[in-house]
Amino acid sequence: MKIAFTAAGTTWDSMIDPRFGRTEFFIVYNDETQETTVFDNSAVKNEAHGAGTATAQKIFEIKPDVLITGNGPGENAATALKQLDMKIFVNAHNMTIKEAYDNYKNGKLQPL
Amino acid sequence: MINNPPLKIGIASGKGGTGKTLLSTNLAAYLSQTQPTLLVDLDVEEPDDFLFVRGTTQSITDQYKMIPVWDEKACTLCGICSKTCKFHAVIQLGSIILVFKELCHSCYACSELCPAEALPMQKHKMGEIKTIISGNLTFIESRLNIGEEQAVPLIHQTHELAEKTHGNIPLQIFDCPPGTSCPVVASTRNVDFVVLVTEPTPFGLNDLKLAVETMKEIHKPVGVVINRYGIGNNEVEMYCQEAGIPVLAKIPYDRRIAELYSNGQLVYDKIEDMQTSLDNIIKAIQNVVRKN
Repeated sequence: MKIAFTAAGTTWDSMIDPRFGRTEFFIVYNDETQETTVFDNSAVKNEAHGAGTATAQKIFEIKPDVLITGNGPGENAATALKQLDMKIFVNAHNMTIKEAYDNYKNGKLQPL
Repeated sequence: MINNPPLKIGIASGKGGTGKTLLSTNLAAYLSQTQPTLLVDLDVEEPDDFLFVRGTTQSITDQYKMIPVWDEKACTLCGICSKTCKFHAVIQLGSIILVFKELCHSCYACSELCPAEALPMQKHKMGEIKTIISGNLTFIESRLNIGEEQAVPLIHQTHELAEKTHGNIPLQIFDCPPGTSCPVVASTRNVDFVVLVTEPTPFGLNDLKLAVETMKEIHKPVGVVINRYGIGNNEVEMYCQEAGIPVLAKIPYDRRIAELYSNGQLVYDKIEDMQTSLDNIIKAIQNVVRKN
């Protein structure tokens, strides 16, 4: 299963980026192969509008089973993400990626 | 006066809430006492001049923008549309194309470049323009529908409509949106002079500087009106002096103004100094524009 985190950095000690559309990175962990992959999303900084839909398209290409983030996607991104069979957990801001993963495993994260 | 081209004045500001509406509505109402005046509310995301203008509605027109609509049957899923759209208003998710009409800038690129003609353009209502007559004052209000993200197309359409229907009115006042981004540039593009309303505070000064730079970029003559004069500090005045920007008027921080305003009332006919300020503003603008 692939779990994607919106991340402010590139390691397990990085903080969750609370934003979906304008997240700096995605960290994707595959718990079957125990592989971690980092996707750079920082180019979205240059977008005045449409960051949410641009990032949603990127997530669609990654196709994770679970997305863990902070504030939750905005309206446009949420519309796009409905096309994807993916569980979304929110309010993981103020956690590191590792803490968010542990909380997810223990069922302590809030589903959207 | 008849042979002169109309005088077009933009009322703008860097910072929001400095008094654009107060100045626009009072200046327009005051000037309309002596000659036909046009007031256009271009703050389409939250127009509020109507609160101070009482008159008869002459017309309401629906305003449209063109957006692409996905034809699923014709689509070959080649992906050109989503790669073309600079605004991420058209995205491809597997076998689905999603169009986000609020993000669309009506550039037609996706529609024109689609090899299967699967994104024909269709009309989408984005807002309304209302014309109200109040004696010598013609008031045009432009209002964007809630949820729409693109103010610029509606602002352009409002300028066009105002020019077409009331372009010969000798005095024209355009109440612009706050800030320094595209809507402000679109609003002030056709005017002869821009009044920047500010307040004498560090926030007011910071945003005033940004607005002055923006107007310099589009080559508009500017003057400053300091509202709520008496609060804060004198840094705005010092800045204007150093930068050679005329201060057209100082509207005092006065409880009576706040009370009248919050009751939806004009102040120029109730507070004496206000008329002097408005006279000074219009005279200074006429002098600058005549010289140019």
